[in-house]
Amino acid sequence: MSELVIETKGLTHYFGAQKVVDNLSLQVKKGSIYGFLGPNGAGKTTSIKILLNLLKSPADTVFLFGKEINTHRIESLKRLGALVEQPAIYGHLSGKENLINRCILLNLKKSKAAELLKLVGLTEAANKKTADYSLGMKQRLGIALALLADPELLLLDEPTNGLDPNGIIEIRNLLIDLATNHGKTVLVSSHLLSEIEKMATHVGIINKGKLLFQGTIEELHNLSKPTLEIETSNPEGATLLLTENGYVLTASGSQKLTLLFNSSEESAQINALLVTNGYQVSSISPVRKNLEHLFLDITKNN
Amino acid sequence: MRSLIISLQSEFYKSRKTLAFWAAILLPLVICGLITVGFYTNAEKVIRLNYPPNALWGVYSGTALGIMGMLILPFYVIFMAFSVNNIEHKNDTWKTLFAQPLNKFSIYAAKYLYAVLLIFLSLLLFAVLTLAFGNLLHVLNNKLRFNEFSALEMLSKLYFKLFLSALGILSVQFIISLIWGDFLKPMGIGFIGVIMGIIVASKGWEYAYFIPYSHPTLALMGVKGKDAQELLTREIYSSLIYAAVFFLIGYFIVAKKSVK
Repeated sequence: MSELVIETKGLTHYFGAQKVVDNLSLQVKKGSIYGFLGPNGAGKTTSIKILLNLLKSPADTVFLFGKEINTHRIESLKRLGALVEQPAIYGHLSGKENLINRCILLNLKKSKAAELLKLVGLTEAANKKTADYSLGMKQRLGIALALLADPELLLLDEPTNGLDPNGIIEIRNLLIDLATNHGKTVLVSSHLLSEIEKMATHVGIINKGKLLFQGTIEELHNLSKPTLEIETSNPEGATLLLTENGYVLTASGSQKLTLLFNSSEESAQINALLVTNGYQVSSISPVRKNLEHLFLDITKNN
Repeated sequence: MRSLIISLQSEFYKSRKTLAFWAAILLPLVICGLITVGFYTNAEKVIRLNYPPNALWGVYSGTALGIMGMLILPFYVIFMAFSVNNIEHKNDTWKTLFAQPLNKFSIYAAKYLYAVLLIFLSLLLFAVLTLAFGNLLHVLNNKLRFNEFSALEMLSKLYFKLFLSALGILSVQFIISLIWGDFLKPMGIGFIGVIMGIIVASKGWEYAYFIPYSHPTLALMGVKGKDAQELLTREIYSSLIYAAVFFLIGYFIVAKKSVK
């Protein structure tokens, strides 16, 4: 079993009487890009704040790098970089000064600041006051701040918020590169499945504080059983024929028939059966349920 | 200790372009400058009164001390306590500050210490500039006999006493500004406190020293009385105790507080 960088065991957190995180058991493996998915207000940011020890967690529920967070706070924080909600930057300082200030706090060489500005494409805006930055620029600076200490673990709360499509692709590629070529572990939260799907190796879906699914992206795909969709000239007759031959239809419309997809061989047999019985088949194809729908299904049912 | 120094360095770096930092330098420069100009232009009147040199120093430095001790110092301290905390409230940076691998005490203590240092710097400049401008007045008009008495000891003692008397207000206001991110609460509470402090101190209420806001006024009033030479008077002890107690309370607030 590979090493767990983040592990929470039955973590529950309240804001007053409201339960915002409910029995959460996250498992994030080293080197993975863990997509932390959930609608707005699901408890993603709260969970990330707990991982940063900004919000208190009960003893022995949160472990970073295998160590309990409350008793190893500084040690754990040294090994991670984070971006929480809106990037927290000093508006009266320039982008470069914000990074230099963080260099001071982390005891790093000040030359690191220019390096990171280049990485996130802010070199030209380096000396501009960050109060005058656009949302996308602030987000980039926030990512640069998170990456500054070259941490093993990155906790990024909606990092592509406010970025243009180009920026989103750049950040996505950067994160993939960090994980695959530099062995970093990334936990990235989002409310957009399509975005997570393009980079994550693992997915955790949270709604109303509860973890509804956790596993690899393939496991998530497998949750949605593929179906076979057939378009034919005479759906009623075809329905009858297929049922007589022992096939179970999941739906039949005026044009389309839908049944569970098992294998391509079986699809070929069905096609042959229809054609030999005089039905015209204009299309026959396996359809995988859209992950977006699956995500909605999972979060809706709870 | 290392993380305290790092945090302090960062506090300086963050605020070096803000009004809070420059106020510490500009305030003494402007006040001492204005008084000196006033003294110079009214030199004839002063010379006619024929003060002995030590009384001349007293009249001259008393102007700055009076304004400073009664009004400006308490408000300046309230403003300092507000601005070192407001820089984090305004930018929503408490969360990143406390997510750094530094112990919480260092982060908190560095902020407090930074405010203390700026107040010290400001009062030090008051003392230095009063001395320098006094001597400058003699150079400009040699009938003003500032050169015949050394005010160094008197001024350093007075301003140091003022500095100590301000620490109580600082700690109380520091907590208020730490908890609330808005401008009105610390300023409102501070304003009422200062007015109340001035009233109870100048009315000579015997328990005035229980109110931190009255300490600067009391410290200056004591100077005229019998224990003029004493540094650690009752209100100074009171100020230091307030400072220590509220500093610790502030730390417990920070340590227990969840950063939302």
